[in-house]
Formats: sequence, structure tokens, C-alpha cells
Amino acid sequence: MSTSRRQFLKMIGASAVIGLGGISAFEILQPGQFEASQLSKNPEALVGKRWGMVIDMKKLDNETMQKCIDACHRIHNVPNIDNPKEEIKWIWPETFEHAFPGMESKYMSEEIEHMQFLVLCNQCDNPPCVRVCPTKATFKRADGIVMMDMHRCIGCRFCMAACPFGARSFNWRNPRPFIKEENREYPTRMKGVVEKCTLCYERLAKGLKPACVEESNGALIFGDLDDPNSEIRKVLREHYTIRRKSELGTEPSIYYII
Amino acid sequence: MLELAIKGSRRYWSWVIFLLAIISTGVISYLYQFRVGLGITGMSRDVSWGLYIGQFTYLVGVAASAVTIVLPYYLHNYKKYGRIAILGEFVAVPSVIMCMLFIFVDLGQPLRVLNVLLHPTPNSVMFFDMIVLSGYLFLNILCGWYVLGAERKGVPPAAWIKPFIIIAICWAPSIHIVTAFLYQGLPGRHYWLTAIMAAKFLSSAFASGPSLLIIISLILRKFTRFDAGWDAIQTMAKTAAYFLIATIAFYLFEVFTAFYSNIPGHMHPIKYLFVGIHGHTKLVPVMWTCTLLLAIALPILIIPKARKNEKALGFAAVATFIALWLEKGISLVVGGFVPNPFEKVVEYWPTLPEVLIALGVWGIGFFILTILYKVAISVKEEVIFDKYGERQIRAE
Repeated sequence: MSTSRRQFLKMIGASAVIGLGGISAFEILQPGQFEASQLSKNPEALVGKRWGMVIDMKKLDNETMQKCIDACHRIHNVPNIDNPKEEIKWIWPETFEHAFPGMESKYMSEEIEHMQFLVLCNQCDNPPCVRVCPTKATFKRADGIVMMDMHRCIGCRFCMAACPFGARSFNWRNPRPFIKEENREYPTRMKGVVEKCTLCYERLAKGLKPACVEESNGALIFGDLDDPNSEIRKVLREHYTIRRKSELGTEPSIYYII
Repeated sequence: MLELAIKGSRRYWSWVIFLLAIISTGVISYLYQFRVGLGITGMSRDVSWGLYIGQFTYLVGVAASAVTIVLPYYLHNYKKYGRIAILGEFVAVPSVIMCMLFIFVDLGQPLRVLNVLLHPTPNSVMFFDMIVLSGYLFLNILCGWYVLGAERKGVPPAAWIKPFIIIAICWAPSIHIVTAFLYQGLPGRHYWLTAIMAAKFLSSAFASGPSLLIIISLILRKFTRFDAGWDAIQTMAKTAAYFLIATIAFYLFEVFTAFYSNIPGHMHPIKYLFVGIHGHTKLVPVMWTCTLLLAIALPILIIPKARKNEKALGFAAVATFIALWLEKGISLVVGGFVPNPFEKVVEYWPTLPEVLIALGVWGIGFFILTILYKVAISVKEEVIFDKYGERQIRAE
């Protein structure tokens, strides 16, 4: 059963030739495809300089909101854990006083006071979570999306302490048994890592808008905040909007019309 | 010199075996956590740091406090500390190791811990914390071990060690300042967002550290022939007294800022800690125990007559050590997370496995401390007089 050094070297040489030949064969049969799929972007991908979202609370009813939440959690394999201490959520409802603490007042309209606001990661311009991460597992893309690298996260949870919006969840246990129906097109997570909304970067790459925007019947407007001619900027020009905890200087990219 | 650690009395070995038992329980509990995840702890989405990070924060202070002994000895030539300088340095070593272990057991993905080195991130305070902690560990092992070796040979330490001792003195506050920066630079965490966080950390460290050394010195007086010296113990007590006054004053400044400004976000954590919010009162007993212990310990440390009473002093040192542990090891971390960013109260209380793991890490710390002290004390029991002519052991 022993392999001599000579045989071993022959084997290595042969596999190298076959390996290279394999790639060139691929090149001949489908020219350009091999590299194109690796290097160039999908031409249909949505491209923006600074992604943002407007949530129009006048148009968003509770039923639609639930549809947005369900769609997001379904396609991203967000586990459904009943225990509030361990729950994972990317997008969820909060009442005005909880979503905007400090902005509530004694005599505000009861309708707004009891209204459920849709909250998610604010995709801040100055994200404190990115600032504190010791491994760059959470980082900001050039288009403003605050990303999570689940493979690099060491689970120190410094980002959770730093996020003033409570937008991040931690996998206190293996989340997989809590996923009812797994979406095979999106990875599941393992225990011990932090996760959050990533503004459907994977859908943008395919030319699709974020799942919640698609489900919202026009109540959620997604677009490029840096483009003065975009729909989102038009909406922002026409309406008075508020952002969560803007006084903290994190510059959230999620705006609310009340 | 390490061979001195394997020759000991029956009492020494029972203590070592006791520690090993605690460590094993901790290791078994950790294996459970490693398999299941941090879900076995009392931490939650809202209180995402708990007992572990609290212990880390407290022990950084204990580690840094070695400087309260080493600095007067080396820089001010305070000879009374000659005998115990090494004990201060040897407290720092296990403390820093415990700090690192507490961070390690707090990680969700411990096998990826090297990512901190593989992807150095200077914008993260944690990166600097790693640097200052490992640097301080190295400096204390080097200085402590070398100086003790010289003492054993009966020669004065060589000149080359002096710069390292000076660097270690300057380095000590850095581990505490950087750890305070982990907390004090975070937006939206009102309880931590205060510029005197680092000052508070240093002052409480310089009160709890000497308290621990007083306790250790009194234990050593009782069970070994080594004597730290009554004057040295009294000076440490005075150090603890002054820094305890500063610590309490700093805390009251925070209370004033929060309540005179009347800003709800700043008042909420303090209210939660001392009286509870909406019936959530888990930490109220903790804070009042802390207050009570300090109220008893402070006068003992200040009033000369009380301080000179060995029993009272021992009690005051234990009370100070425990009280500051309650404040920094538990309530500081939780107070930052309660109420959460939605102004909702989610409470935290450690679970049994979490406590066992924490005890296990403390066990490892005390084990290393015991070994180092066994070596140091054995050397000092042989060498009757130090280089200043101070007698090291009690005249029987």
C-alpha cells in the first residue's frame, strides 16, 4: 500500500495537467464564461451610491407590515424562536415611544402613540457597530450597506453594545432547528454569531429590490439617497420625515413619514 | 525556582486540590457551553454582556492596582514596600490571565479568537485592549520573576530590568483606561457614556487592588512565616481609603449629573439599579449591599484607631473588595444595558453554569496566584533580610 515518492510526484504532476486542462476545456467550450461569472457583476444588478429607505407610515397598515416581516424572515432563514431573550429579528414592529424614545410627548395623538412602526437596521453612515468590531466582521460597503460576515464573526457582541437601535441579534444557540422551511438559496447561520438586516444585498445583486419593499404595496420606498433625481429623494423633498435617534450622529439611512 | 511550588505542607496541597476541583467543575460547565452555545447563560438579546465581561472589567482593575505598590517602591524608594512589591506584581499576572480567559469564555465562536490577530482592526478599542493586556502580562512576569530570582541569589537586580519596571508602572493605568474606553465611547448607552468612566475605573481599581493585597498579607501572616510588615499593610490601607473616597465621590458626581439635569435616559439606569423600574428590581439588593459594605468599610479605613485594629482592617478590606466587585463586576455592565435601546426593561441574572464557569476562571486565577506566591514566599522565607535590611519573616 505504500506509495513511493516517485509515484507521488507523478500523481501530483498528472493532476496538475488535468486540472489546467480542465479549465482550458471550459474556456474553449464557453469562452469568457468562467471568468465572467467570477469577476464581473450581473449587468442587471441595482447600483447605488448610498442606499436608503423611506417608510411611509400613512400607507403602512399592520397587515402589510406583517407581510414585509414574514417575507424578510422567510427568505433569510431567520429562525422563529419564541423566547424573547434569544429571539432573532431583522425587521419587526415597535410602538412610537419605543422606536423613538425621547420624541414621545404627553399629549400626542393617540393614533400615533399606539401605531406600530416598522424598525430594522438603520444602515447608518457612521455605524458604531463597524467602528467597534475587532475583526471587521461587520463592515460598511461603498454603497452604504452595513454588512455582516458570519464566517469571521467571533461572537464578542461588542457591536450589540454599540448599536443604539437594538438592531442586532445574536445566535445564543444553533438556530437551524428553529427554521420552519429552509430557503436553500440563502445560507443559514450557526450558533455564536451576530446577525442583522443587510438590506437584501443578495437581491440587489440580482436586480431586485429588498424583499420588504417588494411586499409593502408602495409604503416602503427604496433608492439611492445620493441621486437627486431618484424617487426616494423626490419623496424626501415632498414630506417631512424623521429618523431614529438622529441626535447620536450615526446618520441613519431609514426615514419615516408619519 | 518553580520547583519550590511542588514542596508544600498538607494545608498547601489541600488548597491546591480544592482549587483543581473548582477548575474542573468550570471546565465541564464550559464544555457544556461550548456545545450548546451562550444560550446557557442568563444573557439575552438586550443584555448581551453579563457576568463574564463584568469579571473581566473588575479584574483589569485588580491587575492594574499592582502599580500602587510598585510605584512607591521603585519611584519614591518607599522601602516598607520592599517585601511586598513582588506580591503586587504577582497579583497582576493571574489577574490579566483571568481577564483574557473571561473574554475567551464570553466568545460565541471561541475557535475564531485568532481573527483578532489575523485581521487587526485599529479602529476597535478591543484591538488595543488586547495589546495592552498582553504587554502588561509580559512585563509583570518578566519583572516579578527576575527580581525574585535576584533576591534568591542574594544579589541586587541588574540595571537592565529597571527600564522594564518603569515601563510596567506607566503601562498599568493604560490597561484600565483602554478597558474604560470599551464602554465610554458607545452612543446611546447613557450609563457608560461619561468622560469620568476611566477615572472611575482607576480609582475603584486602586481601592480594590490594595484591599486584596491587605487580605492576602493578613492571610500570609497567619499561615506562613512571611510578614508583609505592619507599616506596609497600614500604607496600603491608606491608599485604599483615599481611592475609595475618590470612587464614591465620582459615583455621586454621576448621580448629580443625571438627576440635576433631569434627563430621563441618564436617570433610568441609576433608578433601575437603586430602586428598580416598573417593578424590575433584580439589581436593587446588589447595589444596596454594595452601598452598605462601603458605608462600613470607609470609616474603618479612614479612622486611624479602627484601621490599626487588625480584625477591623481585615473586615474593611474584604468589604471593599466585595463591594467594588458588586459595583463593577455586575452592576456596571448590566446598568449599561438596562433599559435597552427601546427604553424597555429586560433583566439579567446569571445562570448556574455561567456562575460555575466564572468560578472556574477565578479558580484558575487563584491556582496561578498560589503557585507564584508559593515560590515567592518560599524564597522570602529563606532570605531573612531584603536589600534594605528589612526582616522578611516574623521573629518567632
